[in-house]
This record gives sequence, C-alpha cells and structure tokens, in this order.
Amino acid sequence: MTLLEVKNLSVGFPTPDGVVHAVNDISFSIDAGETLAIVGESGSGKTVTNLALMGLLNSNTAQISGTARFQSHTGEIDLLGIDPNELQKYRGQDISMIFQDPMSSLHPYFSIGDQIIEAHQVHNKVDPEVSKERAIELLGLVGIPDPASRITSFPHQFSGGMRQRVMIAMALVNNPSLLIADEPTTALDVTVQAQILSLLKDLQREFKMAIILITHDLGVVAGAADRVNVMYAGRIVESANVFDLYAKPAMPYTQGLLDSVPRLDRPHTNRLSAIPGQPPSMISLPDGCSFAPRCSRISEVAGSKCLTALPELTLRGDHHSARCFIGEGVRA
Amino acid sequence: MLSYISRRLGVTFLILLGVSFTVYVIFAFLPFDPAALTCGKNCNDPGIIEANRRRLGYDLPFLTQYWVFIKGLFIGRTYGEGAALINCPAPSLGYSFQEHSCVTTLISEALPVTLSLAIGALVLWIVVGVGLGVLAARYRGKFVDSASTIFVLIGTSLPTFLTGLMLLVFVVIKWHILPFPAGNYTPFLEDPYEWAQILFLPWITLAFAYAALYTRFVRSAVIETSNEDYIRTARAKGLPESEVVGKHTLRAALAPIITMAGLDFAGLLGGAILTESVFNLPGLGRLAIGAVVEYDLPIIVATTILAAAIVVVMNLIVDILYAFIDPRVRIA
Repeated sequence: MTLLEVKNLSVGFPTPDGVVHAVNDISFSIDAGETLAIVGESGSGKTVTNLALMGLLNSNTAQISGTARFQSHTGEIDLLGIDPNELQKYRGQDISMIFQDPMSSLHPYFSIGDQIIEAHQVHNKVDPEVSKERAIELLGLVGIPDPASRITSFPHQFSGGMRQRVMIAMALVNNPSLLIADEPTTALDVTVQAQILSLLKDLQREFKMAIILITHDLGVVAGAADRVNVMYAGRIVESANVFDLYAKPAMPYTQGLLDSVPRLDRPHTNRLSAIPGQPPSMISLPDGCSFAPRCSRISEVAGSKCLTALPELTLRGDHHSARCFIGEGVRA
Repeated sequence: MLSYISRRLGVTFLILLGVSFTVYVIFAFLPFDPAALTCGKNCNDPGIIEANRRRLGYDLPFLTQYWVFIKGLFIGRTYGEGAALINCPAPSLGYSFQEHSCVTTLISEALPVTLSLAIGALVLWIVVGVGLGVLAARYRGKFVDSASTIFVLIGTSLPTFLTGLMLLVFVVIKWHILPFPAGNYTPFLEDPYEWAQILFLPWITLAFAYAALYTRFVRSAVIETSNEDYIRTARAKGLPESEVVGKHTLRAALAPIITMAGLDFAGLLGGAILTESVFNLPGLGRLAIGAVVEYDLPIIVATTILAAAIVVVMNLIVDILYAFIDPRVRIA
C-alpha cells in the first residue's frame, strides 16, 4: 500500500540575490512499513524536502508547490495543500520526525517525561497518568534503563545516544505510520550509531511504520534501507532498491559517492577518491545536468549535451531509475 | 541546595563587610571634617565642634570608628550622655546631626516610598516590555514590530526627568486628567487609592524607559529562541502555535529576563533619584541627594551601604531563582 506519494515538489527560498531553488520538482513514494533512504551531500535538499512535508518550513520565507498524498488515520490528505492548523493534528500523530542533533533537539528546561507526556497529551484526550504510563513504556522500549525513575530527569543528564533514544520515544509515542529520521546518527559516535540504527529497525517491525531515513552516510544506508533516492542539487538523480544501487549505480554521481566510502572488503592501497569541484549555486542552476561540471564521464556523451539539456529520470531496471544520458534506454 | 544558599549567604555577608569598609574609608579621607559640619556651614566655634566630635565618636581612631559603626548595626548605639543622650537602637546606621534623627529612622521612612515606586514600575515595565517584545517578535516586520521600534527609540532616548516633567505638564496641568500630586506621599495601608494616584505618573515615568529596553531585549530573545532546534521539535510534536510560543519559547527566552529585572529592580531600590526629585517623592534617592548637598556624611554612608546591600542580596535571590528555572544550573 502506498503510504505517501509526493508529486512535483518544489521548494524555493526568495533572497535578495534571487530565489534559492532548494528542491526542484521531485516525485517519490513510500509504501507502508518500508524504509526509504534519501542520500546526498549537504545542501542537496534532503532536509528541506522533509521539512516541507512536515509543514515545518516558515511559510513567509519558503515557496512550496506540489502535492503529497498521505494515508492518515482519518483518510487521505494532501500534506502540502492542507491548512497549516489542520496539519498540526497529523504532525506527531501520523508522521513524526527525529532530528540530527539530539543535544539541542530536546527542551533543556523540561524533564524528558514532561516532553514525552506532552507529545501524547496533545493528540489524545486521556488522563495525564495514562500518558505517563505510555511515556514510561516507550522509554523502556527504546532502552532507557529504569524508565520509571528516569522520567523526571532533564535532557542534560543524558548522553547524546540516550537523548536520541528519548527523541525516538517521543516520536513514537502516538504510534505514527511514518517516521522521518533526519540524519539521526550523524552527531553520535560510531558504536552508538549502530545501536540507534538497530533500535530503529526493531521498532519499525514492532510499530509497523515506514521510515524516511535522511543521511549522507552510505554505510548507514546499506544496513538500514530498502530503497534509496540519491539527491543532487535539489533533484532526485537516482532511485533504486539498495542492492541494485550498490551493485549497478547508473549515475556517475552515485558512483562517486560509493567510491568515496572506505570499505573493508577492498584493498586499501590507494587514497579514497573524492568527487572534484563544488555543487552548483542553487540560485542559478546550470541548464543541463547539474552534475555535468563535475562529471568524470561527460566525454562519453556526444556533443556537449550534458551541459545544455537536462536528462530525465528514466528506468534502468525494475524500480531503478536514473537521471543520466549515459546508459539511457539500456535496461539491465 | 540548602548548603549552597548558606554558603552564598556567608559570602554575601563578607562582601557587605568589604563594601561598608570601603565606603567608610572613602568618607573618612574626604576633605571634610564631619564634626565641623554638625554645627552648620558658617559655624567656627571650636568648643562646639570639639564637643560634637566627642559626642559622635569622630575623635576615635579610624578603625575603632568603623568597629563602633559595625557594632551599632547589631546592638544599637548611643550618642552623648545625661540629658542630651541620644539612643539609636539596632540596627543603627549612625546619627544625622543636620536632621536631628537616627539615620535608620530616616531610611525606614524613605524606603517604603522607594519600594512602592520601584515595585509598581517593575510590574508595569515587565507587563509592557514582555508583552510588546513577544508581539514584535511574533509579527516581525509587521505593523506591531515597527510601532514597537518607535516606542523603543523614544523610550530609550528620553531621559526620565524629561518624561516626568512632560507628563506633569500635559496630563496634570494642561489636560487636568489627574489632580496635581500634592507631594504628600500616602502609605498604601493608609489610603491605597491616594497612594496609587500619587505614584501613578512616577510609575509611568520610570517604567517607560525600562519598558523600552525590555521590549528590545525580549524581542531579540524570543527571535533567537524561535530558531532553536527544540522549538522545531515542539512544532513537530504537533503542539498548537500558542503552546509553542507561550510555553516552549517563552520559558527559555524569559529566563535571562529574570536576572535583568532583579538587578534593575535592585538598582532602583537604591533610590530612583531623578524620578523622586521630579515628583517630589520623599524616597531614598531624595534622601541621598539631599544628604550630598548638605554634606550629611552619616546619611551618605548609610544610603551607599544600603544600596550596595540591596544589589548584593538581589543577586543572591536571582541566582537562587535561576536554579529553579533552569535545571542545568541546579547546584549541589
């Protein structure tokens, strides 16, 4: 069942120098219970895409267009077309979000219990005691030891990993069908990263929820995602299931990303490769493929087509599409 | 917490001792003979001067004088003997020969006036400053924001004596909105209506300048806090905007205001000299300024030490309050 279907989403931020086109006409969907990873480097539009879906972008500063049909507990709604006050009822209830930095994402002045109880109370007309029981249950589920007594603790009394667990407990308190995890492990050290990811996997099974995992870490993607959208300069440049993407990357940018990940199963005699150059300015995107100026395989395309024409996202295999002239029309 | 408070109280006592000693030293080395001042500006009779010197204890060595002063604070002090015996009970801050009164008595008459003035003004400027600051932050760039900017500019640039005089001229003399303040301060317990009527314009005068400062401060604090990650979290939970701002943002934004308000209030308690002078209120400020004009050293010493004591004690109160507001500063 398709849980969320995003069509032609664009987000622009007007500035004195021109409109910053952070997200350009992207479409994707996610099924119930599946994990979709969105990868790309900083500024590629991953976070903005999801903040737009959550209605967390300031409507005074962001121009948003497109549709996002979402199956909520009350039926189908358009996340992008709905009244902001109406959307607030679904936020934290049907869709939850956890953020990159657990150190600053919890309110320093309120106990973690109060913050989780509040998240439950706002969507459920129940006695606060019921919400408290629920909060303790969730804290236990995410692996906080002795949750009944820790509920009165304040965020600064927890480590980064523990705070992210608290954030996850808060996000899941209303049993959402979609969890957006925006770089949930970036601010944590490696061993804690692995714990948080496996916790998310366990909870996903238990809560039967879909996860949109935003990350720039392809190692995280390999272990956690079912499908991957690769974003570059506000566009989806490749979309595939995780095995296809790692085995047969169709877009030189994806190839470049994969090559820049250190791997234990390869000889490490050479230096890690990096993609030369910088992403384009989001105010004036190039006419052609936005990756063309950095692309190492640009000579494989006749003429200078890459610099003048924007390739479409075309199918390369089952559920595998890429935005590149190379290999276009060739189905693996 | 209790041990922290008692430790701080101990330190506060030492600070006050230091302050009083410093003030005493400064006035001891002023080029005035306090004994000569007791018999008026044009008095040259060495017999009277020497007699007064003995009566007031100015013949004692400097350190002994200071010791007698400190002792007087705790057990009271007597001047002269026989029929001319003057007794200033504890806490004695000295005896003013010009006023023919114990300094403690003078201060206990003036303090309620200043206290009434300061408390009323504090309430007024907090309500206006916080209210307007929050509105300006919420509707940044809109009409309310521009209007508050004008208010801030006028408030911070108009000196209080000018505001006070203008209020007197227009509200009382020209437009007859309020009756002329008779200048007789009436204690609250005697006649609350009269009390409020006399203090109304002084409150506005004093609050005007502070409200402007606080508006600016609250506005920037609210805007800054709005950009915090935990405010985004509050919104992502699905909290209504009123709670995001009224609870999560204000709680964090207003914490520093407590410190500011505490210290400003303490400063005022030392005497709102200009406002008291313009409105002819017999408060501490007028007592001090009158004493300076008359070279009435005992009163100057006492009001200076009192003002310092109020600031030091208020600092302690603010620190303790802060620990209750911000769990991160909770002290062992």
